Order: sequence, then C-alpha cells, then structure tokens
Amino acid sequence: MTYPIFRFAARLAPALIAATLGLCALSVQAAGGGVALDQFPTEKLKDLPSLQNGAKTFVNYCLNCHGASLMRYNRLTDLGLTEAQIRDNLIPTDAKVGDTMKVSMSAKDAKEWFGAMPPDLSVTARSRSSHDGSGSDWLYTYLRGFYRDSSRATGWNNTVYPNVGMPHVLWELQGSRGASIEEVKAAADAKPGQHALAKTLITIDALTGQRTETVEAIKDGHAHEGSIVTLTPAVGGTLTQSQYDGQIADLVAFLTYVSDPSAQTRTRLGTGVLLFLSLFSVLAWWLNREYWKDIK
Amino acid sequence: MASADKKIDTTGVLGWVDQRFPLTSTWKAHLSEYYAPKNFNFFYFFGALATLVLVLQIVTGIFLTMHYKPDSAKAFESVEYIMRDVPWGWLVRYMHSTGASAFFVVIYIHMFRGLIYGSYRKPRELIWIFGCLIFLVLMAEAFFGYLLPWGQMSYWGAQVIVNLFSAIPFIGPELSLWIRGDYVVGDATLNRFFAFHVIAIPLVLLGLVAAHIVALHEVGSNNPDGVEIKAKKNADGIPLDGIPFHPYYTVHDIMGVSVFLLVFSAVIFFAPEMGGYFLEYNNFVPADPLKTPAHIAPVWYFTPYYSILRAITSDFMLWGLTPFLLIFLAVVWMSRGTRSLSKLIATLAVGAMLVGFLVLDAKFWGVVAMGASVMIFFAMPWIDNSEVKSIRYRPGWHKYVYAAFVVVFLVLGYTGVQPPSPVGQIISQVGTLLYFGFFLFMPWWSAMGEFKPVPDRVTFAAH
Repeated sequence: MTYPIFRFAARLAPALIAATLGLCALSVQAAGGGVALDQFPTEKLKDLPSLQNGAKTFVNYCLNCHGASLMRYNRLTDLGLTEAQIRDNLIPTDAKVGDTMKVSMSAKDAKEWFGAMPPDLSVTARSRSSHDGSGSDWLYTYLRGFYRDSSRATGWNNTVYPNVGMPHVLWELQGSRGASIEEVKAAADAKPGQHALAKTLITIDALTGQRTETVEAIKDGHAHEGSIVTLTPAVGGTLTQSQYDGQIADLVAFLTYVSDPSAQTRTRLGTGVLLFLSLFSVLAWWLNREYWKDIK
Repeated sequence: MASADKKIDTTGVLGWVDQRFPLTSTWKAHLSEYYAPKNFNFFYFFGALATLVLVLQIVTGIFLTMHYKPDSAKAFESVEYIMRDVPWGWLVRYMHSTGASAFFVVIYIHMFRGLIYGSYRKPRELIWIFGCLIFLVLMAEAFFGYLLPWGQMSYWGAQVIVNLFSAIPFIGPELSLWIRGDYVVGDATLNRFFAFHVIAIPLVLLGLVAAHIVALHEVGSNNPDGVEIKAKKNADGIPLDGIPFHPYYTVHDIMGVSVFLLVFSAVIFFAPEMGGYFLEYNNFVPADPLKTPAHIAPVWYFTPYYSILRAITSDFMLWGLTPFLLIFLAVVWMSRGTRSLSKLIATLAVGAMLVGFLVLDAKFWGVVAMGASVMIFFAMPWIDNSEVKSIRYRPGWHKYVYAAFVVVFLVLGYTGVQPPSPVGQIISQVGTLLYFGFFLFMPWWSAMGEFKPVPDRVTFAAH
C-alpha cells in the first residue's frame, strides 16, 4: 500500500519539522537560573539492601518531621523485609504494621518551630520532577547541597533550595561545608533608570557560617543577574563524602520507591505485555492479510 | 398476530428473537452488509480507535469511581490510595490518565483525516457537526475530569478556566460564581465537576457518538479519493467499490487496535507521566488555595487554544486583529460570488467587533478568540468551496496550506506549554492570525488553482 499523503509528508518532513522546532525553540524562555542537578544513580532502585538502608535512614532521620502518610509500613515487604522486621526496626512509635507512615511531630509544634508544617514526602520524588531532571535528581542534589550560613535562623542554607526552612539534619554524617558565592545583581548605588550591575563575593566559613562580603563594580556589561554557589569540602563528618553520597542515594532510592511503589512491578509486567501485543499484532496482521486476499 | 406476518430468514432461537427484535437485520445493516469503500488508508483506523478509547475510559472510569472520593479533604489521598492500596488500582488509574491523552491524539488525527479528504462535505455535513459536538463535549469531559485528582494543576487550572467566564460583560462575575458554587474553587466545585464528569457529560457523549455513527451509516463513508462509491453499483445494488464492513474492516481494525495498544501500553507501563505532559509534575502536590503556582499550564491537548487565549492583548487587537478583520472585509466585498446579504452580515459583524475592541477589554476578546478557534470547525462544510473533496485531486499547493496549518497548530500547542515570554507571545499572535486565516479565507483559497480530474472509481491495488 502506498499513501500519497505519506509520500508528500515524507518529502516535506524536513521542512515541517524544521519549521515546528525552529518556532518552538524561538519561543522557549531563557532557562531561569536553575542549578544544574546531579544525576541520581538509578541502579539503586533495583538494589534491595540500598532500599532497606534508605528506609532505615528515612525512619531515623526524616520521619520525626516529614511523614509519608500515603505509604503503609507493611507495604515495605516489597523491599524484601518481613512484617516482623518492619515492626521491630522501622516502626518508631506504637503504630501498627498496617498503618501509614505518619509524622510524629504535631502540626502545631511544627508551625512554632519551623514556621510551617514540613511537607509530606509520599510523592515528592514525583512532584519535584521538572525539565531539568527527575524528582530523584532534585532530591539527590538537594540533600547534598547544604552549607553553613549564619544569616539563616537554622544556621544552614542550600544550593538547590535557597533559604530553605529545613536545617541540615544529616550534618553529623556529612559534616559541615562552607561556600563561596558570586552574586550579580543591580548595583546598590545605581541611579534610577541606569542599568548597573555589581558583583558581590561572599565567602562563608565551613564551621562558623560567618559571612565575609566584598563588592566590586562590573565594568563590562556582559554579566547576567544571578548567583553561583561553590561549596567547600565538608569538615567534621562521620562519613567520607563518597560514603555520604551513597547514603543519600539510598535514601533517595527509598523516597522514589515510596512515590510510586508499583513502579518495579509495572515495568516488569510491561515487558510481558509488550511482547504479547507484538505477537498479537503479527497474528492480527496475518489474519487481515488472509481475509483481504479476497479483495481485488 | 402482527409478528407472524414479518418475513424472516432465520429459525430457532435466532428466529424467535428476530420475530421480536431486529437483531439479524441490525447486524446486517451495520456490519455484515454495511458496505465501506475498499480503499481506506491508515487514517481510517482512528474512528474505530476513538470508540475503543471511549470504552476504555468508561470501563476504567467505573472502577476508579468505586474508590475515588469527591471530597476536597480526601480526593488527593484517595487517588494515591487507588495507586497504592487498591489491587491493580495503579493500572486502572494509569490507563485512565493515559487514555485521556490518547483520546485527544486519536481525535485530532481523526479530525485531520476529515479535513484533508473533505469528509465534512455534502452529504456528510451532519456527521461532521455531530463530530464537532463530540469534540466540544470531550473537551468539557477532560476539563471536569482534570479537577478530580485535586493537585495544584487541577486546582489552579480549574480556577483559571472558570475565571474566564467572568470576562463576559454584565453577567460574568455572577456566572463564574454560579459555576464554581463558591468564591474560589472548592469542595462544592469538586462535587459538581465529579457529577458532570462521571454521568452528565458521558451520557451526552454516548448519545452524540451514536448519532455520529447512525448518520455515517445512513450516507456511507467517504474515502481518500473522495469518490462516492454508491454512484456505481452492481446488479444487486451493492457498490462496486464497497466491501462488507464485517469481516474485512473488523479484521483490519483488529490489526490497527493491536498496534495502537502496543503504543498505548508502552506509555502506561514505561512512561505514564510522559515527561510531565500526560501527568503534570505539579499535580503531585495537593491543591493549595493559598499557594498559586509560578506557571499554570493546561494539559497539552488544550494548549493550542490556551495559546490563542493568551495571544489576545490590547496591542495585538490594534496591530493584529483590526487589520486582519479589515482585510477579511475587503476580500468579502471584492469577491464577485458573494451575495449582498452575506456582505452586509460580514460588514456588520466586523464593525461590531471593531467597536467591541474599543469597549470591551482584551481578556474578553481572548475568551471569544479561544471559543471561536474551537467553534470554527463547525463551519467547514460551508466554507470549503473546492471543486473536489479529497486533497488528492486538489491543486498541489493546497497541501502546503494544510501542512502550514498543522505546523501552526503544533507551534501554538508548544507556546501554550511555555511560560509567557515576549518572543513566545509574538509567535503565538502570528500563529493565531494564521490559524484563523486558514478558516476565514478558505471560501476563496479553497476554490483557487488547477484541480485534477477525479476518477469514477476509487484507486485501489490488491494487497
């Protein structure tokens, strides 16, 4: 069978695609100063010991403030744990094994301590997805992006989520980091209507969080507003940087699992479904061909 | 006894039924002796596929309704409950969410098929009108359904769209309040949207689909050649180029369905979010009336129209729409074929709009333009003046016009996804003019150029 419209489309395809993509590309807004995200090692999602370690980390460090209230404890049998293991090692309070992973802190206390209830993390690994990377990438970068900052109430700041309300809960593991920040913004002494930029260099001490600022004027007009944060190596943690990265990867793997617990089943099943449908398509094509032999 | 007089060929149980119900005759009229042109191509799978997706949506929807809670305090959680705690709930939910997007993919291709082969032309105007109504109702169905997961995009999308009604002069604010049932989108809104989504709109949809198919079977299908197969019949009154729908097109459609399901399943099992286009990332954050998202975009299938809505600014009304309408009016007046009554109506309409541009704000005209961009499809049977139905026998350059229309539609769709930007706005404004230009000037350009001779019989090569 030949379809004239397809031959036409094929001939015209390069022009059509070029026109569509070209116009689309033109209308894309310049990327809005987001931080480049580190890639989460997705192989962890299939690694049961990693997921179990992530679950333990979550329960020990996160669950005091953040719930995963859509997730049931006994569903963690997906991760190769028995209900007894879950009950003995993962349930911190008097919760039952069929309960959901609710937060221990009350909303009233949270409001008082942090200004707002820390978000539930059930589907965060999905909601934080963007065109810059998956939600897992975001979490992986975020949890590794804390640095000391004495100007914040918590004493901490973050590269991915500037001025976040959450302190660096895992700092004993990672240690604390300082930062050097290059901030380009409108100059303070700029006259109205004048477009003058100034560069502020901020260095933050890794231990005290003390800020030192130097301001320099920008002579050539090529700078763009925004800031670049470079972190200094961590000091004083119980883990090395690579051990810490591994620990965070496990935690993020767990949060990713929690955000869509059926994902592994889904892809495993999907392969079978596609194989069946491929075979079925061949049979359907064959049946069709046999019938259509009649049509002259 | 009246039924004893009825002449039937069947015996036994079937005969008993046929005495009392038109079973065999219906089967024959719509399947085994319904003659369809034998030269259907790829594009003709999509009517059957649309029916398939409709059934899938209804069946998966019924199961979702068993576990979903239309309550603003519980809705978000109940969707995740379906995803986690209901056995196979994730599959049913992903089928339904992917099905919504698949429905629009299928319908857009189905409509494109109608456009290029002139399937809306006499005697098929009513099929086309029922089809356009189905498209409108489908958009309503998708819009109501999108609120139900009660995520941030659900919530703010509904807020934005319902607020559009407030742009209508005089009654607008009251009207949008009446639709919402509250001052902001809230529990009352969710409950009524649920009622519309699961019963009111599906009933209308099913009725219209039935009317669409009955109208189709009354006049028979068009085909890629735009040749009327009923014009050439054999001694038994069967069209020479027609073949029984069953078994030939049933086996053909089974083949199409299996390939469709292959693609559909690939999305469901491996990319149910489809990169944030089928399930928007922000919709995994529960609705929060106090936190407006930085960027609110409708789902991809609405974005061409959303782009047109956003394109209408007071500047654009001045430099874009006003000259555009004046050129249109000039063309109407200069064309010899146009009756004076039509000229008068066109003049009054354009005049009213130009005055309206001064009186009413851009937001109102944006809503009008968005509405018009969807409603304008209804006009197709009366604005296409080409000598032939099918694109195959139209002047070669017509193909480029249709190709440009497709590009404009896709680009408008893309700019609708993007956050507002100055360049994006210009592109969507030019796109809006081209979009409407395609339709408004169709009475003239569709008649221009050298048409090719249409054959008596369809072109078909045996497989």
